[in-house]
Amino acid sequence: MLETVPASNLTSVGHKTRRVDSIEKLTGEATYVSDMVLPGMLYARVKTSPHARARIVSIDTSKAEAMVGVRAVITGHDIGYKLGLYVVDKDILARNEVRHFGEGVAAVAADTLEIAQKAIEAIHVEYEELEPVLHPKDAVKDDAPLVHPDLESYSYMEAAFTPRPGTNIANHTKLRKGDVEKGFAESEWIVEREYTNPSVQHVPMETHVAIVQWGKNDQVHIWSSAQSPYTLRNLFAVAFELPHRNIRVEVPYVGGGFGGKAGIGIEPLVALLSQAAKGRPVKLTATREEEFSLLPCRSQLTYQIRTGISKDGKIQAQEMTMYWDSGAYADYAVNVTRASGYSAGGPYEIPNATVDAYTIYTNKPFGTAYRGFGHVEFFWGLERHMDLVAQAIGMDPLEFRLKNTLKPGATTLTGEKITEHTGNITACLEKAAEMVDYGSVTEAEKAKAAAQGKKIGKAVVGLHKAPAMPPFTATTVILKMNEDATVTANLTLTDYGQGTYTAVAQMIAERLRMPMDRVKVAFESDTDRDPYDWQTVASKGLLLSGNAAILAADDLIATAYEDAAQVLRAHTRDLDHDADGIFLRHHPEHVVSWKQLAIGYAYPNGNGIGGPLVGVGRYIAQGLTHLNKETGEGSPALDWTYGAHGMIVAVDPDTGEYDVLKVASVFDAGRVINPDAFRGQAIGGMIQGLGTATVEGYIYDKKGHLLNPSFTDNKIPTAKDIPMEIEVFGVETPQVDGPFGARGIAEHSMISVAAALGNAIQHATGAEVTHMPLRSEDVWRALNRKDAVDNWITKSPLGSCKSAPELQKYTCD
Amino acid sequence: MKTVHFTINGETYRREVAEHKTLLHFLREDLGYTGTKEGCGAGECGACTIILNGKAVNSCLVLAAEADGSVIETIEGEASGNTLTEIQQAFDRNHAVQCGFCTAGMVMTVKDLFRRNAHPTRPEVIEGIEGNFCRCTGYEQIIEAVLDAAEHGAAEEISARDAGTTKEVSDA
Repeated sequence: MLETVPASNLTSVGHKTRRVDSIEKLTGEATYVSDMVLPGMLYARVKTSPHARARIVSIDTSKAEAMVGVRAVITGHDIGYKLGLYVVDKDILARNEVRHFGEGVAAVAADTLEIAQKAIEAIHVEYEELEPVLHPKDAVKDDAPLVHPDLESYSYMEAAFTPRPGTNIANHTKLRKGDVEKGFAESEWIVEREYTNPSVQHVPMETHVAIVQWGKNDQVHIWSSAQSPYTLRNLFAVAFELPHRNIRVEVPYVGGGFGGKAGIGIEPLVALLSQAAKGRPVKLTATREEEFSLLPCRSQLTYQIRTGISKDGKIQAQEMTMYWDSGAYADYAVNVTRASGYSAGGPYEIPNATVDAYTIYTNKPFGTAYRGFGHVEFFWGLERHMDLVAQAIGMDPLEFRLKNTLKPGATTLTGEKITEHTGNITACLEKAAEMVDYGSVTEAEKAKAAAQGKKIGKAVVGLHKAPAMPPFTATTVILKMNEDATVTANLTLTDYGQGTYTAVAQMIAERLRMPMDRVKVAFESDTDRDPYDWQTVASKGLLLSGNAAILAADDLIATAYEDAAQVLRAHTRDLDHDADGIFLRHHPEHVVSWKQLAIGYAYPNGNGIGGPLVGVGRYIAQGLTHLNKETGEGSPALDWTYGAHGMIVAVDPDTGEYDVLKVASVFDAGRVINPDAFRGQAIGGMIQGLGTATVEGYIYDKKGHLLNPSFTDNKIPTAKDIPMEIEVFGVETPQVDGPFGARGIAEHSMISVAAALGNAIQHATGAEVTHMPLRSEDVWRALNRKDAVDNWITKSPLGSCKSAPELQKYTCD
Repeated sequence: MKTVHFTINGETYRREVAEHKTLLHFLREDLGYTGTKEGCGAGECGACTIILNGKAVNSCLVLAAEADGSVIETIEGEASGNTLTEIQQAFDRNHAVQCGFCTAGMVMTVKDLFRRNAHPTRPEVIEGIEGNFCRCTGYEQIIEAVLDAAEHGAAEEISARDAGTTKEVSDA
């Protein structure tokens, strides 16, 4: 929408402006669910499984129940509901069998957290340990134990997914384009490789927390650190077979989400505790350790790519096979699989392609949405692969990419046509290359590296992503004018740091032609009072809610014009407006002020017309379709945001230690609505990507115990870990249906960062890494041509048995 | 239970507290100072940073009882009326806030840094905030905000306020 408005005509959009939520956050006044206490509130704790797979023989809760101050004790045996957005496969607490380390088996609500903790320690669970299935490739073998023997009986979204009952395959996403056999036959080279990455944790600074009060007459009130109030409400209503109107979800400020707080989480468990405690409100705050294993993580991926390339360096054919390790529950992982499946080839034209993407159950903590929704994981493989292909055919990797980028007229894997409005991956790659002086090493860089005995490597990688969402995803914004002609906007898209509310405020200010300080976007969301939004996920918020905000502003203006037309005795077509009021275009002195119209216009004698000014904007994604389940054909993409990272590293060729000297990130944002927020999303995501590229990851022992569920053993980047130089640039190819031409970029910044690092390290030293993260020892192993085996299921807490056989005699049993 | 006395943001408190209660939980639960957040409860993330007797500490690692008699500064004591401190203003100007959950601890850490070093270099800023995790911003805009705050006289503002505070206390 409005993509043709030139930047020079804009006063709020595209301009630097402060965030609408910074003052309350900077003063400690912003209230998060973790800060809330309600009258009569009880505190909950969860008893979790110490085993990856075990039969629950018995649970003795008698001692816990007898404790003074314990108000409710529940186990899976008491609960008959299953949960799920796409596949309904998850028990609220384990029943009969535990399926992963850290799974909840019982829960307590008590007067204090201390009593609750003592009570769960007093619960005795007798288990019969069973052999877990831990690796997805083991899980698809014929004799593998089944994580979900009842898969056949589960309900799922049939339009999008294909489970294989009798196996551990929760979903098989298929895509067939052109004729791959013919493509390979016509290829000069064929390159085939496999790339892997482990599970990682989102690490929102506020852990998952919910307060639920299950009141009389089944009135359920939920306060949650959730990303998606309405989807939470919907899934809750469906699971408990309650009318939607009975359930009220309130989401105040949220301390980070990154996908881990999408859908539904701990709320049903807390609700059942409240019900068992006779309707008193119950609060459950996940500990940091529980965040790693009671709550979901990002899935592990093994990605195999086989590529055929013609003599002149054009991709002719590509076979792509993804093994997504969903862990014990596949609800969200099936959609990660689907979204990655249709994007799997990256921003490149591939005339003949197949994708087979499998979601595989294992006995590990389960996967969910995480910033990038599968793309961070598979782009690690894909963009490493592009470099390794280029190396195999003797072409510069950037030249190889540019030769194969999606350009106007090309078709995506699902058959969508690329136009000049889709976005420009070629421009992103070229700009990123320019920003890191790709193709040369400057004297300054050489000197810096030589002083430390290091070698310089540079890389440029591409990326793309479209929102993964139902094709009919919709949202609403309601705009209300206050007595003093300020306005308040209500929406349930949740802003847990992305800055979308600030961008929405800028767009409303722009349409109303008012300064930003007259616009408030109300922060706390409440499904009883605020209008519908599907979920806050997928980088779709800016586009969908932005459009709804524009439509709400236009609706308010149209209503105000009707009232003003009466007052000014004019036709609405002759009216115009500014920050002060509505006036006759050819007699601007004939004006009625916004203040006069705000709550209804009153004539001098007391007669009134109009009424309080309200604008409603509703928007639904346009022209998208489900995908054909056999061929993958269809239109899944609200918009494609393209981007590129350039990276410079200095690597010690003897030790594998490295420094990231510079990262340059470029995204085709369509229109940058807020330059500082854009930069914040670009850098924040890039550093998160660098964290998973350099150090983060779940480490299990052979029995499936998670060995590193803490910040001591699972590091995330600190201020000391950021690159020495960071640069960000926005390409602006307007999106035809984007608000002021804009597209989302918040997930994209994290994608392909790991591959940029791997490629730059290889260019510096020749180390051929195909597993992430890239710890110094992994680079050292690659340099010394030592087997890089799966590091992430280990025999010892040292984490290096399998990857370093020479150390086994010291560290392994 | 033990009787403890504190001066928090210039106000005096006398309370009974369980011997094993952390200062963080005492501040949040007993006194309602919820601006200070808990990110891990294990002294790893810095979200609970407050200033105790002039030094930044992880309040999750200090027992309320052992801090008896101390002078405490929390985020709630920073802005006065509608006026933000120079640190807060610089964080606002530079988009150094996203979800906001690390913000209070970060601001207190930076205040402590400015007391020790009025005009830190970029590496000194990085060193100074290294113990505070931020998962949203990637730190760059926070570092820029700290450097910007220094240029706007944040350290001098703190010294001036400290001088004022000292006088108040001695008068009392």
